[in-house]
Amino acid sequence: MDYDTIIIGAGMSGLAAGIRLALAGQSVCIVEQHSVIGGLNSYYKRHGRRCDVGLHALTNCASPSDRRAPLNRLLRQLRIGRNEWALRPQRSSRIAFPGVELRFNNDFLLLCEQVRQHFGEEAAHLQRLAQSLPAYDQYADPSLQTSARQFVAGFIRDPLLAEMLLCPLLFYGGPTEHDMTVGQFAVLFRSIFLEGLARPAEGVRVILQSLSHQFRRLGGELRIRARVAELLTRHGAIQRVRFADGREAAARRVISSAGFYETMRLCGPSYGTVGADAKRMSFVEAVVRLSRPTEQFGRNDSIVFFNRSEQFAYQRPKGLIDSRSGMACFPDHFEFDSPADERVVRLSCLADYGHWARLNRDEYTHAKKTTFEQLAAAAAEVVGDVRPLAEDVDLFTPLTIERFTGHDGGSIYGGTSKRYDGTTPISNLFVCGNDQGLVGVVGALMSGITVANRHVLSESGARTITV
Amino acid sequence: MTVAEIRQAVIDILSDIAPDQDLSALNDEMSFREQLEMDSMDFLDIVMELRKRYRIQIPEEDYPQLASMASTVAYLEPIMKDMPKK
Repeated sequence: MDYDTIIIGAGMSGLAAGIRLALAGQSVCIVEQHSVIGGLNSYYKRHGRRCDVGLHALTNCASPSDRRAPLNRLLRQLRIGRNEWALRPQRSSRIAFPGVELRFNNDFLLLCEQVRQHFGEEAAHLQRLAQSLPAYDQYADPSLQTSARQFVAGFIRDPLLAEMLLCPLLFYGGPTEHDMTVGQFAVLFRSIFLEGLARPAEGVRVILQSLSHQFRRLGGELRIRARVAELLTRHGAIQRVRFADGREAAARRVISSAGFYETMRLCGPSYGTVGADAKRMSFVEAVVRLSRPTEQFGRNDSIVFFNRSEQFAYQRPKGLIDSRSGMACFPDHFEFDSPADERVVRLSCLADYGHWARLNRDEYTHAKKTTFEQLAAAAAEVVGDVRPLAEDVDLFTPLTIERFTGHDGGSIYGGTSKRYDGTTPISNLFVCGNDQGLVGVVGALMSGITVANRHVLSESGARTITV
Repeated sequence: MTVAEIRQAVIDILSDIAPDQDLSALNDEMSFREQLEMDSMDFLDIVMELRKRYRIQIPEEDYPQLASMASTVAYLEPIMKDMPKK
C-alpha cells in the first residue's frame, strides 16, 4: 500500500491532521496501536460503563459568535459544525489553597470579582495581565520562551495569588517542573480563564466519533491495533513504515503524534540517541464510581484545583505521588440539558514514573491501594470524603498511561523541550501533538491542523502562512 | 466559464468553508477578512479548494489577489474563462 501520508496515532492531533490532508484530496492512513482511538484523551469501558480518561473537559469554550476564537477556527478548518459536539459549559470551578479560595467559571468577571474580594486592588492587575497576553498564535515565538512566573510577577504583587493563578494552568498543561514559558502561559490562561471549560454530556467519545467520522467520510483510512515497529529511512528520508505484525507500507511522508523522542527511536539507532529527557510530568488518577449522585459534594464544583501546603509545588514527587496538591473533577456537574448521573469523581495528583516503574507486581498492586487512600484523604479536606460512597475505584498510574498511549514516562504534556515548527532531523517526518508545543484537546487539534497546513499542504502549492 | 459562473464557484467554496455565514448579501468590493472575519487559515482553504476542484495552482505571492470577491474573480477570470462550467 502506498499513501501520500501516514499519520502515527489516532489521538486528537493525528485525527485533525488526517482530516486536513483528506480534505486536500490526499490518500491518508492513520495508524493507532491501541484498540480505541483518542490517545491521551480517550475513554474505556469498565463493568459495562464508559469512563473518560485524559483532560476533564474541553478548554477554549469561547462563544460560537467569536469567529477568531481557536475552537471556532479549528472547527471551520475541520468542517465540523459546533453543534455536533454538544458542548455544555461548566457550572464553576474552584482554586482552593489554605485559607483562601477563588471560584471561576466561563465568564472572566467572576474570577476578577473573586480576586477583588480576597486580594483587593490585585483585581485591576489581573485585568491588566489579561489584556497584555501575547496572541494565541505567538506561543512558539522565541521571545516568549521566558519564564511565565516572571511575566505574572510583572502584574501580580501577592505571591499567593500568583501561585493560585498558575496552579490550574500547570496542572492542565505544564510540561516542565515549577514554571512554563510565557507562550504556554498565554495559551493556557486564555483557554481556561478567558474562554473556559465545557464537555459533551456523553463525554469525549462524542468528539472522537465526530472526528473519525469526518476523516472516514473524506476517504481517510483508519487502522487500529496497528503498531509501528520501525520507520525505514534512506538518505535522511523515510521510505517505508514497518508494522509490528511485519507488514509494510510506503508513504511520501509521515506525521507522528507519538512524541518526538519516541518517534526518533523508531528510525533506528542513528537517530534514537538524541537523548530522552527524564524530567517529565506524570500523574495518577483515580476514577471513583459512587453509589449515589455526586451533587452532595458541592453541586457547583465542576473541577477543584487544590493545594494544601504552604508553597504550591509543581514538581516531580520524591515518592510515588505528591498528594499535597491535586484536582477533583465531577463530570456530572456541567450545565447539561438533563441532569447527568454518571456518579463519577475523578481525583488526580502528580506522580513519579521512576518510583512506580521500580515496583514489583505485588508492590504495585499494594501501592495502587495506598495511593487511592492518600489521594482520597487529601481531596476529602477540600471536596468531602468520597470513600464511604465508593462502589468502584480504578487507579491509573504513570505506567498505565505509558502502556496505553506509548508516551515515555507516562508523560501527559510531552517532553520538556518542544519542536514548535514540527520538523525533525528527517526531511519527510513531522511531529504533531504535545511535543509540537500545544496541549489540551483544543491545543492538540490545532497542532494537527497547523502541522498539516504548514508542512504538507504547502508542498502542493499552498504555502502557509503562519497561523 | 463566465464571470458570473466564476463568482458562483467562489461562493460555493465560501459556503463550504464558512457554512454559518450569510453570503447572499456579500459586498464584492469589501474584503473577505473584514466582512466574513476570515483569517489566514480560511484563505488557505480557498486556495486548497480551487486546486482540488479546478486544478488551479495559486502561487503564494498571488494570495493578496484573493482579498475580496471582486479581486478574486478578476484574478481567476483569465485562468478559468476557458474552463467548462462544472
